[in-house]
Parts: sequence; structure tokens; C-alpha cells
Amino acid sequence: MPLQVLLVEDSPGDVRLTQEAFRDANQSVRLHVASDGVEAMAFLRREAEHHDAPFPDLVLLDLNLPRMDGREVLAQIKGDDRLRVIPTVILTTSESAADIANSYQLQANCYLSKPVELDAFESLVRSINDFWLTKAKLPQRREAG
Amino acid sequence: MRLDVLLVEDSPGDVRLTQEVFRDANMSAHLPNMAIHLHVAADGVEAMAFLRREGANELAPRPDLILLDLNLPRMDGREVLAHIKEDPSLRTIPTVILTTSDAEADIVKSYQLQANCYLSKPVQLDAFENLVRSINDFWLTKVKLPQQRPGD
Repeated sequence: MPLQVLLVEDSPGDVRLTQEAFRDANQSVRLHVASDGVEAMAFLRREAEHHDAPFPDLVLLDLNLPRMDGREVLAQIKGDDRLRVIPTVILTTSESAADIANSYQLQANCYLSKPVELDAFESLVRSINDFWLTKAKLPQRREAG
Repeated sequence: MRLDVLLVEDSPGDVRLTQEVFRDANMSAHLPNMAIHLHVAADGVEAMAFLRREGANELAPRPDLILLDLNLPRMDGREVLAHIKEDPSLRTIPTVILTTSDAEADIVKSYQLQANCYLSKPVQLDAFENLVRSINDFWLTKVKLPQQRPGD
């Protein structure tokens, strides 16, 4: 059974790297990409062209995004009874204490900061895979959503 | 750097194993300046007293991470989790469920109550040690934890 991961990320370079790191780490991951917060919410709520979108097992969420930023996406996910059970991992370049505290206050499941170096970024994606998709128990997907 | 971990666990065997794994992690060469202090609460009432600094706990540190069993005497882990996540001053502390239960209902309910993560304890010793090691490697090494607030 494939693991559905929604990556919310506007940088094409980071999307590409994340795709490649998951491809190497775990063949059963299906990575879906939303490039801004509006698209992420449409995917999660199965609106318009996303009506067949799977219920993600994990969301990887950047904070600084066009149209609707990651803080608002996080607040909407955690304010929604159906969506709030989805583990939502913040993955951002920001290391500011205010962003970290605010994300946990909004009930992010965990906060990771993106390293600048390629090797370190790939190794972080591998740890996300090893911990969240291998060790952690995730809520099972409800077919009806 | 000092990291405080609160383990809420009533099984002395599991407490002992967790302590040993963290002690080994403390001595590992790649983190020479990090000291993990493991605090243990044997039931939910004691855990909440520690977190709220009640009674004998007035000097208790604010934990950087909580490892919470679900099935506990006096006050169970589900109620502890609900109390933590309803309290604005405690809710930012990452709270990892660590339990023998594999029940789908417990997993969903824990995430619904905003557990940060759910792990089920393997029965085999080696696998349990491995899991505690990966908690250390991921939560105490990779993850950015909220900073202690001034005055804590």
C-alpha cells in the first residue's frame, strides 16, 4: 500500500531534491506537490481538480509560501476535525524561535529546519522517511475521508 | 546544552531500559556537549504535578520532550495528553505517545488530541532499545524544539 505524502513547497529545486531523496529512500512513497497554500488546501479538501486526491499519511509544509502561507495552512489543518489527525511536519529554512514556538502552538507535529547543504538536506529527508514513515504509527486512511 | 525529557511510564522495566538507552546516547561521541536528563513520573497525576510544578515539584524543569504511555494508574495517558494540549503554556511541548497499544482507535484518538507522534513499543528488547535510540536521534537531534521561555 503506497504511502501518500503531500509536500507543500514553492521552490522547484527543493521539490526536486525531496522527490529524489524519497525515491532513493522508500519506493512505496507517492509524493504529491502543492506549490502554495491555496493549492494545498484544495488538495486536502478535494476541491475542483483534486476530487480524487488521496488522504495524505503525512504533510511536509514550508512556512513561507505564495498566496496562503504555511502558518495559515497549519492553522486550517489543525482546526479541521477531519484533517487534524494528519501528522504535519514543518520543513522550512526559518530557524527563528518565534516561528518554532508559533508552529508548535498551532500544533505542528514537528519542526525541522532545512539545511543549506545538499548532503545534509538529503540526509534530513531520509530521517523523515525513517522516523515518520517507518517507525511512527500513522492514522489509517478512512476510505470515505 | 541540557535537554530535559519527562517519561510517563508505570512499568519499571521499561523505565530502566529507556534510562539505559538515553545514558548510552549521552555518552555518544557526536554530541559531547549535550546532557539528557530523564525524569520519570509513574502515573498521570504525578506527570501533571511535575508539569504544573505542584507540591514537591516546584523546582521541576520544563521538559523539552514528553514520552507518554497511554495505560497508566490514577490518570491515564489520554487524559494527560488532553490536559497538556488544552493548556496554552504546556501545549508547545512535543508529546510522543509510547505505548504497547497498536489499536487503531488509540492511534486516531491520540492524533485527534494532538499528540505530536505515536509510537508503539515492540515486545523484543533489541527493538525497544532501537526505538528509544531513534527517538533520541530524531526528536533530540534533528527536530527543532521550542526554546525554554525566559523565566522558566
